[in-house]
Amino acid sequence: MVYTTKNKLVQIILKNILAWIASLLVIIPLALVVLNAFKADGETLNMNLALPKQWIFSNFSTVIEKGKLIRSFFNSLVYAGVGTILTVFFASMAAYVFSRRRTKGMERLYMYVVLGMVIPVNYVTLTRTMLTLHLTNSSPGIILLYIAMQTPFTVFLIYGFVSKIPVELDEAAVIDGCSPLQLYVRIIFPMLKSAVITAGVLCFLNCWNEFMMPLYFLHSSEKWPMTLAIYNFFGQYEMKWNLICADVILTCAPVLILYLACQKYIVGGQTAGAVKG
Amino acid sequence: MQKSKIYPWYFAIGSVLVYTVLSVVPGLLGIGYSFTDWSAYSQDLHFVGFTNFIAVFSGENDYIRYISNTVWFTFVTVIAKTGLGLLFAVALSRNIKWKNFHRGILYLPSVLPILVTGLVFTSILNPKTGFLNEFLRAIGLEVLAKKWLVDPKIAFGSVMAVDIWRGVGYIMTLLIAGILAIPGIYYEAAAIDGANAWQRFRYITLPMLRQTLAVTIVLNVIYGLKVFDMVYALTNGGPGHRTEVLYTAVYKMMSKGLYAEGTTISSVLFIFMVIIGYFMVKVLTKDEVVE
Repeated sequence: MVYTTKNKLVQIILKNILAWIASLLVIIPLALVVLNAFKADGETLNMNLALPKQWIFSNFSTVIEKGKLIRSFFNSLVYAGVGTILTVFFASMAAYVFSRRRTKGMERLYMYVVLGMVIPVNYVTLTRTMLTLHLTNSSPGIILLYIAMQTPFTVFLIYGFVSKIPVELDEAAVIDGCSPLQLYVRIIFPMLKSAVITAGVLCFLNCWNEFMMPLYFLHSSEKWPMTLAIYNFFGQYEMKWNLICADVILTCAPVLILYLACQKYIVGGQTAGAVKG
Repeated sequence: MQKSKIYPWYFAIGSVLVYTVLSVVPGLLGIGYSFTDWSAYSQDLHFVGFTNFIAVFSGENDYIRYISNTVWFTFVTVIAKTGLGLLFAVALSRNIKWKNFHRGILYLPSVLPILVTGLVFTSILNPKTGFLNEFLRAIGLEVLAKKWLVDPKIAFGSVMAVDIWRGVGYIMTLLIAGILAIPGIYYEAAAIDGANAWQRFRYITLPMLRQTLAVTIVLNVIYGLKVFDMVYALTNGGPGHRTEVLYTAVYKMMSKGLYAEGTTISSVLFIFMVIIGYFMVKVLTKDEVVE
């Protein structure tokens, strides 16, 4: 018995050491960014964990002005916001129909859409397609791309939730005289609320963080989202790490806030697909 | 009641249409264009048969290396993220103080823009001024201070390490959810039978996590084969194409006007992913249909 308690103690100590080392490995880079964002120009040639000699808050206003971040912020907000709303709207309706009509054809169509989580984008021919549709270098174009990219996972996620809503509910509503649209809008959609929020938050995060699509398809700087803006800022001010760090914080702030506020939904959504309980 | 009336097909049209036009059609078109000499320098398009595919697989140029780099990147990061993720998940699932703090911190990097993570690490891994080497020198381990992203021998390893840093928390989170879904009664029974920690892990946790592990591996493979942001920010394929992956190579070919070459290697990935993707989607959607 003495042996097992001792063994257990060793285990607990090892577990804690492991956990703290791992957490520190994540915290140190984050702390580096935060501390250096407040330092003076000459102080960040070597990024280190020393406290700033003087806390320079004006780094943020400098970078907002030089990096034209207000415009980029609103671009990101529009692309990710509108993209998310439309993706979730269309995807939830599709998932609903796929889940309720379990015919062979509909099942195949569901598999066809979900296969989109796997298949890679051919950017060469996508460029060609975008040119043909006159969608290159345009806000609607990038939003449509985001919808196309996010639809498969969103359909997949919501599909699982739809099947948990009892079909008897639909039947009762139809007998009471609901049209298909009313049934969906008034009965089903409200019951999918948590699934829709989960899917929406994940979709927004992915769209906000997207870099490759804007890199290929948005050429004029006034259309750039935050990720593309910071990349170009990095190219111009390569040595000014205090400003770059301030830009990093501003670019990450919305997703961090979203993460802290919606942690339950993010983690829940990402595990819903993986763990069938 | 008629299902086709209550659940009209046109509810699905928006999603299916946008997805088809902007994702599937370019993929299929790409296969077609792979058999042509499409480039930015000529208006004419000629059928050239398998010339482009032969060029990719003959090994006369670097194309095959971009593909093997991508596969190698995927292989290493999948193994490392799954292994470390499992280790952290076991440590942080039960009986540990501050578990929510640790879980939250470890998960954090996977919500940040990948590009931004890459940019920050270009500073940390800078050979002269970077934090990592400064730290190694300060604690007297100067021998370990390497030219992380510049030395051709270790650059790819560094890129993979940063990506593992970024992605391991996500895998850990999925696995924690999987572990917590295992009924506690199994562990109690095992404890009564005198099973030690390793045996409980080996004979209860691991078998019960099979489905979750399969899903995490699938998600990692999908991510790895399509990696772009991380490599683009850290090395942009350099030094000397040592870290070039498929999508960074395609981007360069595009800007050089080598459309046929770009679409050919994209199509190789496309065909490969559609074939294995079918099985991957089966893994992801398992159990769902029988509900």
